[in-house]
Amino acid sequence: MTSLTSGLKGRSELGVALLLGAAGVVVFLDANGLVTPYSKSDPVGPKTVPFIVAGMLVVCAVLLALNVLRGGKGEAEGGEDVDLTHPADWKTVLPLAGAFILNILLIDWAGWVISGTVLFWGSVLALGSRRYIRDGLISVALSLLTFYGFYLGLGIALPAGLLEGIL
Amino acid sequence: MDVWSSLMDGFATALTPMNFLYAVIGVILGTAVGVLPGLGPAMTVALLLPVTYALEPTSAFIMFAGIYYGGMYGGSTTSILLNTPGESSSVVTAIEGNKMAKAGRAAQALATAAIGSFVAGTIGTALLAVCAPIVVKFAVSLGAPSYFAIMVLALLAVTAVLGSSRLRGFASLGLGLAIGLVGMDSVTGQRRLTFGQPLLADGLDIVVVAVAIFAVGEALWVAAHLRRTPLHAIPVGQPWMGKSDWKRSWKPWLRGTAFGFPFGALPAGGAEIPTFLSYVTEKRLSKHPEEFGKGAIEGVAGPEAANNAAAAGTLTPMLALGLPTNATAAVMLAAFTSYGIQPGPQLFESQGPLVWALIASLFIGNLLLLIINLPLAPLWAKLLQLPRPYLYAGILFFATLGAYSVNLQAFDLVILLILGALGFMMRRFGLPVLPLILGVILGPRIEGQLRKTLQLSAGDPAGLFSEPIAVGIYVIIAVILLWPFAFKLIRRNTPVAASAGGAAALAMDADDAVHSNHSAVYSNHKEQQ
Repeated sequence: MTSLTSGLKGRSELGVALLLGAAGVVVFLDANGLVTPYSKSDPVGPKTVPFIVAGMLVVCAVLLALNVLRGGKGEAEGGEDVDLTHPADWKTVLPLAGAFILNILLIDWAGWVISGTVLFWGSVLALGSRRYIRDGLISVALSLLTFYGFYLGLGIALPAGLLEGIL
Repeated sequence: MDVWSSLMDGFATALTPMNFLYAVIGVILGTAVGVLPGLGPAMTVALLLPVTYALEPTSAFIMFAGIYYGGMYGGSTTSILLNTPGESSSVVTAIEGNKMAKAGRAAQALATAAIGSFVAGTIGTALLAVCAPIVVKFAVSLGAPSYFAIMVLALLAVTAVLGSSRLRGFASLGLGLAIGLVGMDSVTGQRRLTFGQPLLADGLDIVVVAVAIFAVGEALWVAAHLRRTPLHAIPVGQPWMGKSDWKRSWKPWLRGTAFGFPFGALPAGGAEIPTFLSYVTEKRLSKHPEEFGKGAIEGVAGPEAANNAAAAGTLTPMLALGLPTNATAAVMLAAFTSYGIQPGPQLFESQGPLVWALIASLFIGNLLLLIINLPLAPLWAKLLQLPRPYLYAGILFFATLGAYSVNLQAFDLVILLILGALGFMMRRFGLPVLPLILGVILGPRIEGQLRKTLQLSAGDPAGLFSEPIAVGIYVIIAVILLWPFAFKLIRRNTPVAASAGGAAALAMDADDAVHSNHSAVYSNHKEQQ
């Protein structure tokens, strides 16, 4: 292992500094691209605040990078159901994100009842429940209930999608 | 119209059968959601926001009042019965509360928390009713320079004072301000940070941002570190208190209220500091100091009262100045704006009946909480047993539903996922969430005031200092920012800690108490959810 990679190991927080820096650059470039004639009624203009924010982000990025390289560390957040003794469990998170993305892709085309079922069922399975049938029934019931609850109770028509005409 | 008659009109509005029903529904929904682990008051309000969309503003805000106090009450139940507070303001409640529960006194702990919340909430709301009009009178005399200064103060104070790392706080604030920039510039109509995407022209909906950072971020984060061994929730019967419990509780309730309200009402408010002060005070004054750390009822009564009084206090700057100082107030402000109502000094003029109905329903909500929740406590305790896969799948499900129902466009869900990933990252690397949310909400307002200020002074930066209040606030800001450096200097010059005076000892006491219990939770100040 080279000294560089060993130096970077366990310093994943540098990614945060990178993100902050990138955000700062994007904000700066975007504001810089605005074309505004000077106007007396608005001496500050739409660029000033973005420039300040960009500067702040870049300064934070640099300071954070220095802080991390010197051994500083942000404390991961605890909580009722959080067990920080084991590393991040990507086998749970990625399927969870997958269920979420499926819902985004399906919601307008297939409708909320179907996409919501997929979302809830997928999430429950990803989180480790193994009662497939019961979970499926609960998912369908929840989606139907919210669909009709929003329609009848709140007057919000969620998309019916494929089931249009049936629901 | 004076405060009293306005308030009575407010009660008349809030007590119509339909509105009363909404208050009851709000209290029950708020408590039920607030009890669930991982869901604090702000998230409860954000998730339940869509439920209020169909209502007219007055009814919606009456329901809100119930949800707000219900969510707070639910949080304290969780921290007493599970010993893992979901928000930093109930960290202190958990210290003694859970010890009491383990010693078989869960019923008394819940009772003193509930009754203390009621006492503090009622006094706090009364103070709100009295103070808010005074603040308004004072606020109408303020111009843009002062508003600008006050908002900068609120942002910096929340960022620099709370949380364990100022640097990470400012990083979070910067991200929030950047998110707040997205959309059409209000003065020139220029599109900023929209990347040619027309759906971004109106900016990001604050409800979507809040739900993403709080709910989606939290669900993903917990999923990555899900505790495989279930937590043990202590079963509980009907809460009640004996005569000696009453005797030991009533003074801490009042003292906690006295700590809580002023701190909540400050532009840099928060519930952490007053709950700690209350805890330390009760420990000093108690006739049973040996019980502290083993389940002293004063240690539950005081901080819980402080917590609720601070919650009422927070509403003072929110309603009178349009200045949210915690996450819940920020979400409520977003709700106000979604109804086209601008909180601020004009609010009491333009929307008087609505504001007074809201304040009246805070009183009603408080009373309902007590009446409904004392008997229902065993039921709420059962909610803690909800299997975790269902709980977190449910949070994702309802977060999606809430964010989608705002505009009915799938694009919002993409934003929800991206910002949810950001929320996950922030939790992983200890970036506090509150500065981000306040940055999103306050950023555009601060910019507006800045531009107004310099417009008045024709571009001369001296215009920023043209009001005495503004100058005074800049001095306070300077003190807040420079304090840690000054502190370091003093320390360096006096190597022996000779000044172990009252303040330092107090701080250390509070520190000890927390660190032995939940250092991780406190230092990351989870109050945001």
